[in-house]
Amino acid sequence: MSATDTAQGSTGARITGGRTAGHVGRDRAERIRAVQEAAYRARHHAIDMGEVQGQGYVGQALGAADMLAAVYADQLRFDPADEHWAGRDRFLLSTGHYAIGLYAALAEAGIVPVDELVTYAADDSRLPMSGMASYTPGMEISGGSLGHGLTVAVGMALGLRLQGQTEQRVINFLSDGELDEGSTWEAAMGAAHHRLGNLTALVDMNALQADGPTADVLRIEPVEEKWRAFGWHAVRVDGNDAGALIDAFDECRALAAADGQPQVIICDTRVGRGVPLLEQREKAHFMRIEEHEWQLCREQLTAGNEEAAR
Amino acid sequence: MTTTATRKGPSTSAMIASIAEPDQRTETAPFGHALAAAAEADPRIVGLTADLGKYTDMHIFAKAHPERFFQMGMSEQLLFGAAAGMAETGLVPFASTYSVFAARRAYDFIALDIAEPGLNVNVVGGLPGLTTGYGPSHQATEDMAIFRGLPNLTIVDPCDALDLAQAVPQLAAHEGPTYLRLLRGKVPLVLDEYDYAFELGKAKVLRGGADVVLVSSGLMTMRALQAADALARHKVDVAVVHSPTIKPFDAETVLRELDTPRLAVTLENHTVIGGLFSAVADAAVRRGLGTRIVPIALPDEFLDAGALPTLHDRYGLSKDRIVERVLAELG
Repeated sequence: MSATDTAQGSTGARITGGRTAGHVGRDRAERIRAVQEAAYRARHHAIDMGEVQGQGYVGQALGAADMLAAVYADQLRFDPADEHWAGRDRFLLSTGHYAIGLYAALAEAGIVPVDELVTYAADDSRLPMSGMASYTPGMEISGGSLGHGLTVAVGMALGLRLQGQTEQRVINFLSDGELDEGSTWEAAMGAAHHRLGNLTALVDMNALQADGPTADVLRIEPVEEKWRAFGWHAVRVDGNDAGALIDAFDECRALAAADGQPQVIICDTRVGRGVPLLEQREKAHFMRIEEHEWQLCREQLTAGNEEAAR
Repeated sequence: MTTTATRKGPSTSAMIASIAEPDQRTETAPFGHALAAAAEADPRIVGLTADLGKYTDMHIFAKAHPERFFQMGMSEQLLFGAAAGMAETGLVPFASTYSVFAARRAYDFIALDIAEPGLNVNVVGGLPGLTTGYGPSHQATEDMAIFRGLPNLTIVDPCDALDLAQAVPQLAAHEGPTYLRLLRGKVPLVLDEYDYAFELGKAKVLRGGADVVLVSSGLMTMRALQAADALARHKVDVAVVHSPTIKPFDAETVLRELDTPRLAVTLENHTVIGGLFSAVADAAVRRGLGTRIVPIALPDEFLDAGALPTLHDRYGLSKDRIVERVLAELG
């Protein structure tokens, strides 16, 4: 039995999907549990994928797992059987290197078969190291050249609204490092100017970028004030807290209907979250994990989950 | 003391930026009118600009279809990223700015958000090549060289108002991304005098001639036709082949015309590197044609500021300079 099977076996059913957002018909406690369980399974998927390649952006995938789980298990409307369903909400992964995290979420969502995850970053795989729309079902854009996602999201939000699809939301996932890019702020201004209440940005504040801590590479704080000054509704939460994430999404969804202001959820996350040995390791954009450590990661993840459930 | 007349210096002002001769027939804002008309027939068409609506004739479309026009501000990266996002939802965007900003500033967005996914986004670039006297900040002398390397992108360099009007609906109907080298304002009308219709991807022989064959694109086709008339007075019989689609290049038609003993000349409003001459030379070499080809093009330099007629003469794009060059080549 693979670790992935173990993870699923220990936590029950995957996200059901089927054109209704996960939050519908669930109370808050049920929603939190659904997000936590989806995030837990996605973390196992990420470790499994990383092990096959012996590397990968596992630290980022673990850190962002709760954000991605909140999106797919609670917020997003999609059809696992029809990735092009016109009525779907759009989720854009601007940070192409987080693809490992998204593949895990897409497997949870039933869009990518779980069995396929082992092909991550292999030749001819549908799951390349950096996410690309032309390769992967359910992948809306090709991210990776950072600072692109939010500009495309602005166009999608405009396009959906123009065509009367006012219920559809566009959620763009970006990283704190992408706040260095001028295009991110061009898009932020454009979204506020065009009153795109159907647009939500999720910023993964993991405090890390390629050359080191964001605070050393290029100072970006105060982040909430920046977004507010650009005309957005800004909420800042612990991005590893499922309850805080769904509360923030609820606040944003209510606003979206109210006055057409785009919203940003700024999520403070911890690289390697859920696996203490990685959380404590010196932070690196490309975290090195030794061959013997993968099973240890898995055991720590499972143990942490069991302790939380007690 | 400087007199008022000296100060005005009308023959050397950078404000003189029309490619039309004073006595030439023109149409005003043919692109804007064509886009507005195409949008009547195709509800998917939308227009975007980056604070250059009035200067790319997009304002005509904006006035006709205000609900389908999107002002993105002076934000070219957003302009093309958002155009891609709109195309992802099934719309057919035409996004306008100056060619320098499309090719230089926003290239990454055109490459990855538009060309890689093969979206039907139409990039509209004003002031292509040498069509302004503002100097290198505004002169997109290398735009085709930059864009020719981009997979999936169709590149169109129209000659006149007729070419533009006929190209717009074809660009909208074409499934993939395109780049249009815009001619704006009062645009000459030339090709209606020939048995010609714009066909995306096709070069056309506008006139036959026994001594010289001119292969041209964009406004240089207008100059080629004028030069051909002038050369007739020198008893030189000149053929003109117009190739408004630079990529994919209609090698078949062009090489058929080049594979003769006539003097072969290419004419383009672009640096001699990476544009029409390069496309013709590539095709000829691949076919094994040993023909010598004379390029009339802009030099591999950052160009001067000044009045457009002065600059076209200085850099060899004017009718008179073409005639001189052809006569010199013929010996």
